[in-house]
This record gives sequence, structure tokens and C-alpha cells, in this order.
Amino acid sequence: VIMNKVFVLLEYNGSALDESGLELAAVAASIVNGDGKIVALAAGAGIEAAAEAYISWFDEIHVWDDERLGIPDGEITASVLTPFIEEEAPDLLLAAHTNNAMDFIPGMSVRLDRSLVTDCLSVATSGDALTVVRPVYGGKVNARMTVAPGAGGWIATVRPGAVQASDDPGRAGTIVRDTVGQAVPLGRRVVRTVAAEGVDVDISQADKLIAVGRGIEDAENLEMIKSLAEALGAEIACSRPVVDKQWLPKSRQVGTSGKSVRPSIYIAIGISGSFQHMGGIKGDPFLVAINKDPRAPIFAQADVGIVGDLFDVVPELIDKISAASG
Amino acid sequence: MEIIVCVKRVPELTDLEVAIDASGKSLKNDDLVFALNEWDRFAVEEALRLKEEHSGSVTVITIGDEESEDVLRRSLAMGADDAVRLWDPSFSAADGYLAARILHAAISKRPFDLILVGSVSSDTGAGVVGGMLAAMLDVPQTALATAIDVIDGTASVQHEVEGGLERLVELDLPAVVSVQTGINEPRYVSIRGIRKVSGVEIPVLDGAALELEPEAISDSARRVTLEELFVPPVGDGAEILEGPTEDVVAELVQRLKAAGGV
Repeated sequence: VIMNKVFVLLEYNGSALDESGLELAAVAASIVNGDGKIVALAAGAGIEAAAEAYISWFDEIHVWDDERLGIPDGEITASVLTPFIEEEAPDLLLAAHTNNAMDFIPGMSVRLDRSLVTDCLSVATSGDALTVVRPVYGGKVNARMTVAPGAGGWIATVRPGAVQASDDPGRAGTIVRDTVGQAVPLGRRVVRTVAAEGVDVDISQADKLIAVGRGIEDAENLEMIKSLAEALGAEIACSRPVVDKQWLPKSRQVGTSGKSVRPSIYIAIGISGSFQHMGGIKGDPFLVAINKDPRAPIFAQADVGIVGDLFDVVPELIDKISAASG
Repeated sequence: MEIIVCVKRVPELTDLEVAIDASGKSLKNDDLVFALNEWDRFAVEEALRLKEEHSGSVTVITIGDEESEDVLRRSLAMGADDAVRLWDPSFSAADGYLAARILHAAISKRPFDLILVGSVSSDTGAGVVGGMLAAMLDVPQTALATAIDVIDGTASVQHEVEGGLERLVELDLPAVVSVQTGINEPRYVSIRGIRKVSGVEIPVLDGAALELEPEAISDSARRVTLEELFVPPVGDGAEILEGPTEDVVAELVQRLKAAGGV
């Protein structure tokens, strides 16, 4: 495939562009033809000023800066961008694999008759196809897949953090202002944005976190974790399954659908380490993993690991920490 | 209210080591336990909850061979009214796009107010079918729903967005909603409950019955093709502490001390 035009969709949180935009720029640069164009699309109220910072990573940044885009609703974004993408017909559209993108990208791919592949760890071309690597079976296995073009080309979403952002490539970018026509998605209206319920402690400020996952097996076993947290002076956090079972409130969930945390010590107990969970751990803490499954993805990212039954390890750990700090 | 739930049978891998078979394209099947996809279990429960509140019926649909009947029977045992299985040998290599096409062919001929799907299936993890199906049906949609209320032909749906936030949107019905785990507490299904629905006849619709042109579901219509599965490189990874529990825990405490944690 000769990629003459690659589009990159920039995510905007209302004040800054998401860093994933520079990772997508690196993917685009690795695939685009020598004299091809890398064009970024940015839609949101006040986004033009934020887009200036990314200008030298792209040949053009198209901005739709409009008050009606104040809430980054996926379907509103799609209603603005879809006609433009159809008109400009890039070979490939890249977006970050986020909750926001997954709300509107699948529908957009059908409306544009483009092939869609999601949650890619890498994207390359081979012959007439796109070749990607993406995790399957909950990240226990990776899959190499080829993607044939739909009538309209490709769309790929790339997992944030999977690709290294490039240093400033010094492209001679320009900002192009586009006007928002009707930003009205089909039969869907935004009512309001709400914070997750049940805020009893702000784990995002904690210096030490003990995070528990599905492996804890029962709410009763949290007592043991509380003792460990007390011995260590840590707060308790968790992964999604623990919140789904209502063993702990949503405000203690770490991950892309929960809180971002920046502790110096993070002890993950009975957590497999899905990317949704790991995506919430920022700032490179000393990461300890305790899990009975030696193949759990968490061991790939932890500093120190113990493969073992948490019901043996945790009581021993409580004793030893109490002794050490007593 | 007529509710359709799209469900899928998937291998349960939570505690299992996986091995890749000789083809390099699928998992070794010997020890795999298959079940209703976790997200779909929440979707079925949500449909039943809405039916109990608003009356109507719940129909579960799956694409799959005979072995997929068990996830339909489980849904019937939970309380779904009807089940339909879509199967044709040509469906076996369907990607998310073709799955949405097949579901579209089945659903576009039926009346519905709401279609619920799991936000993602734990096998492919693609998360595309709900949004694609909505676009094919040209109805509104929302992904990652954590709460659904229906009032006067409108669904109020809360869904997960970025940064731990959720957003409340209103959808005109009919609509498609992709359901996130944790939206409810799926009810328990007893063995007796499963036995009670074991005799229910589940209709099977093939490509011809769905009026799908053979080329519309052929290999060349498929967009995403699996070439190879492989175990991800571990990279540097954790230093695994080995030995008796007492020793590894003592070592861990030393490491935590060094990191300023004790």
C-alpha cells in the first residue's frame, strides 16, 4: 500500500490534548509514503491553542474550535468529522483506543465504509493490507492480523502507551480552521457529565497503594487486606472486577475507567494486570505483584513478583511488616 | 418493550494458562471451559430488569454452531423469552464487521425498541459490534453503559468516558446500547433452571434464511483476518522472588524497605 494521506484524530480533555496524539503521529510517520501528508484532526471548544503545541508533528492540523463542542461527546465529534473525512478520503485514520473513541469509531467506520481494527499495539503495511498486532483473550495472547481495506480505506485505534511518541520531527505544520455545521448526532443528546459515585477516599493522592483484584475471591477477604494496609500505612485500591462485585466503591478503582494514581509504592494482589488497569498507574512506582498465575500480564510490568497463593503470602507479609515497623 | 440481546460463547481464561495449537491460529481446546461472555451476562440481566419494569419481551441472539446453544439456554434460564441461533458454515470466520452484518440481517426483520450487547467480548476484545450494528440499523447508540433507564420512548444512559468520569445521554428509541460490566448483579442460574429450559426448541437461521448474499459473508467480504497467535514477549518483567513463602516475603519486605515503603 502507498499511504499518501494519513489522518490522526487528537483527543482533547477540555484543556489539553492527550499525549496519545504524539504516539499516533509516530505511527503515522512510520507508515506514510515519503512525500505523503500527516494530517491531524482536532475538535473541541478552545482546542486551537492546545493544537499549536503539536504543530511540528503534523503537516496540517485541522481544528474545529466551537463552543458547541465544549463537551467531548463522541457522537457529536463524529457528526462534525465524518463528512470531512469522507471528503478528504485519507488512506488511513488513526485514533487512540479510548472509551471516548470506542463510543463513536465503530459506527463511523460503517458510515464511511472503512475497515476498522481496534486496540492495536503496532500498525504496519504489507502488500495491499494493513498488518497489526493486537491483544486477544484478555491480553494472554497477541494476534497478528491483516486488515483488507474497506471501500473507503482503513481506521485503526492504537492502545495508548503501546507506541513510543516521537521526538519533535520538525514538520512544517499549519493550522487550518474549519467551521462546524450542524453538530447534531442521530437521536442522542448529552445531559451532563458526572463523577463516579461513592467517593470516600482520594486514592489519586496516596503515596502507597495496595490494590486488590478478582483473586481476592470474596469481600470477607478484604479484612486481611485492610490489616496489610494498616501495617504499611497504605490506602486500598482495586481493579474493576472488585467494583463490579460491589466489594469496594468505584472511587477506589484504578484504571482507564477509574482513577489515575501516582504512588511511590504499588502492591497489586490478585490482579492480572489488564491494560485498562495498568493505564491508571502513572509515574513509575515500585510495583509489586502477587498472583498465583505465573503468566499473569502484571508480571511483565512489575518490579518484583511473587508467584503464589495470596492467602499464604499476605498473612506472612502482615506479620513481617508489623515486626519490621514495630 | 421489545428487547434484543446479542450474546456470545467464549472461553473463560481468568485463571488458566493458555496454549496455542498447531495451526497457530487458535487456542488448544482440551482444557478450555466455555461460557457466556461476561459483558453479555450483564446485558441479559439488564434486559430482564428493564422487562420487569416495563413489560414486553427479551430475545437473545447468538452467532455460533450447536455448541453455542448453551449460552442461549443459560439466558433462557435467566428469564429471556426467546432465543435464536444464527449459523451457517460460512459464518465461522466472521470478523466483528461480518458479525454485525449477520446480526443486522436477523434484527432488521424484527420489531425492537432496544438492542443490548456486551461492550466487548473477552476473546477478540474488539468492542465493535454494538456501534457497527447501530450504524447499519441507522439508530442511535452508546458504548460502555453503566446505567439505563427508559422513560416515554427515551433511554437515559450513563456511560463511561475518560478520566473516571461518566456521561449521561438520552437516546431516542429504538437504539443500541453496549453494556459495561458492573451495571447490575446478574442473577444466579440454578442447574434446575437450566434443566427446565433444556427442551425449548431454539430456531436456527442460516445465511439463506437471513437473505444474506453468499458474497456478503464470504472470506473476501471479511476485513480483519487472523494470521497468527503468539505469546507476547515478556520484556524485562518482574524479578520473581522464589523459595518458601517465609523467605520470599522476608525478601519482599527488604525490597519495600529499600523503596521507602516500610
